[in-house]
Amino acid sequence: MTIDIQDFSYAYPDGEWALRELNLRVEEGEFLSIMGANGAGKSTLCLALNGIVPQATGGRIRGNITINELNTKKHSVAAFSRQVGMVFQNPEAQLFSVSVEAEIAFGLENLGLPRDAMRKRVDWALNLLKIRPLRERSPSQLSGGERQRLAIASVLAMSPKILVLDEPSSNLDPSGKGELLAALEDLKSAGGLTIIMAEHDSELIAEFSDRIAVLDHGRLARLEPPESLFANVDRMHALGLGVPQVSEVAACLNKEHSTNLSAVRYEEAYESMKNVFEPN
Amino acid sequence: MTEIETQNVRFSYSNGEDVLKSVSLRIDQGEFVALIGQNGSGKTTLAKHFLGLLRPREGTVMIQDEDIAGKAVGEVARRVGYVFQNPDHQIFSATTMHEISYGPQNLDFDEDEVSEQSKHAMDRFDLTAYADQQPATLSHGVRRKVALASIYAMNPQIWILDEPTGGLDWRSEQETMALLHELNEAGKTIVLITHDMRLVAEHTERCIVMSEGRVVAHDATRTVMGQEETLKITPPQTWRLGNALNLRPLPLTVKAFCQEYGKKLATEREIDVRRS
Repeated sequence: MTIDIQDFSYAYPDGEWALRELNLRVEEGEFLSIMGANGAGKSTLCLALNGIVPQATGGRIRGNITINELNTKKHSVAAFSRQVGMVFQNPEAQLFSVSVEAEIAFGLENLGLPRDAMRKRVDWALNLLKIRPLRERSPSQLSGGERQRLAIASVLAMSPKILVLDEPSSNLDPSGKGELLAALEDLKSAGGLTIIMAEHDSELIAEFSDRIAVLDHGRLARLEPPESLFANVDRMHALGLGVPQVSEVAACLNKEHSTNLSAVRYEEAYESMKNVFEPN
Repeated sequence: MTEIETQNVRFSYSNGEDVLKSVSLRIDQGEFVALIGQNGSGKTTLAKHFLGLLRPREGTVMIQDEDIAGKAVGEVARRVGYVFQNPDHQIFSATTMHEISYGPQNLDFDEDEVSEQSKHAMDRFDLTAYADQQPATLSHGVRRKVALASIYAMNPQIWILDEPTGGLDWRSEQETMALLHELNEAGKTIVLITHDMRLVAEHTERCIVMSEGRVVAHDATRTVMGQEETLKITPPQTWRLGNALNLRPLPLTVKAFCQEYGKKLATEREIDVRRS
């Protein structure tokens, strides 16, 4: 299922244009990350992908976003919710049930799923995000990372074709991040799920993204794979954005020691740097 | 001078199980310390004791050698500033200006001082343009700045910051860390709670590591990074890469990595030249 964004601009009521003339096509099964400084429009773009913007927010809109023949200007958020799963920046905004299990079942009950099928989906989601031991706990008793995983499990249980994550790692510790992204990678390779992830953590982004869209004051400033985007450290810093440490290391060594290294992931950096000391 | 000291602190929420299990630690004046550990290890619960937001079931919390057991949070707040993980847990005023002046007003600063301190904080964080706006209408990054500025206006000696860079872009993160160094150089004590080991490696001198409600290590940052397996931490990429490439000393920062790798590279090149 592809996402087509054509000449799309959006302004909140009484506000300036938050998104300006965006053109972007996301292919089925693609993992696209969105980077941008605070206020660049990342969250607004996420909300525009299931019609919350403009259906719930109002405001001015130009251009179109279409997903599988559905247009966010014409079709309801409910119509989009079967296709597009949304995990918000603050997981507390979407958790309200008495237990972890009930939270995951809530969306499925609303889809009118038979009891057995619902049971299976809840179990699948509990296992996928490794929160089975927490299933009887109240969401309010969970740590930040556990709540984030629950929010994702609740959305994935609904089997969306597109998963939109707004800064999913912001409350997770390193091991929580690892579990989260391992689960996303499994999903990506298994089911053709399209994943859109707004995120600041460049090392996380480098690990999984096919392409990265960089927003700058609501405009699409760059759209390219991590390898080329992160190779230009100065340009990223000028946009107010970071790069993986290994990319910084490669840039620094190229500059100061005339090497010809490039790396966005740890393994690549290790492979290219060890060869300098261990010639074949 | 000892700024923060806890002795055998135990704490449990209403469901009974101990979240802090006999925590004893000491943080001295002028330290820049990281408080690290996995989700649920008790970092935030412990840090809330430093301001008296939570009170121990057993044990003592001392701030500047004084037991705070009988003291109100407002009284402790003269010495301890606490920046919450989620700025929305701390911001509640109708305008940014009110939010920032609220602290100094409650510390009984006189009117001129309140005005001066608040304006200084607004300037320092580039918030003057937002003075009359409702904080709730501001972006997440700007709300984080409002939260920092409202503590800055109270000029506390001890700063506790719970994930202050979470959700911030790179530039804002750099600015926040520069501010903390500025405060630290002026003699303030900084306690940084974070998951970001890159920040820990680049900015802190000492780490206190928590696991399952206990302090399991407190040592120089370099020493703690060296115990990655036993402490279940993931050091930054420069450290891991340096380790895999046998660089010594292991590099905590990009700059240190380039320096050490550069030396090794020069040696290798010299050997190559001699061979040829």
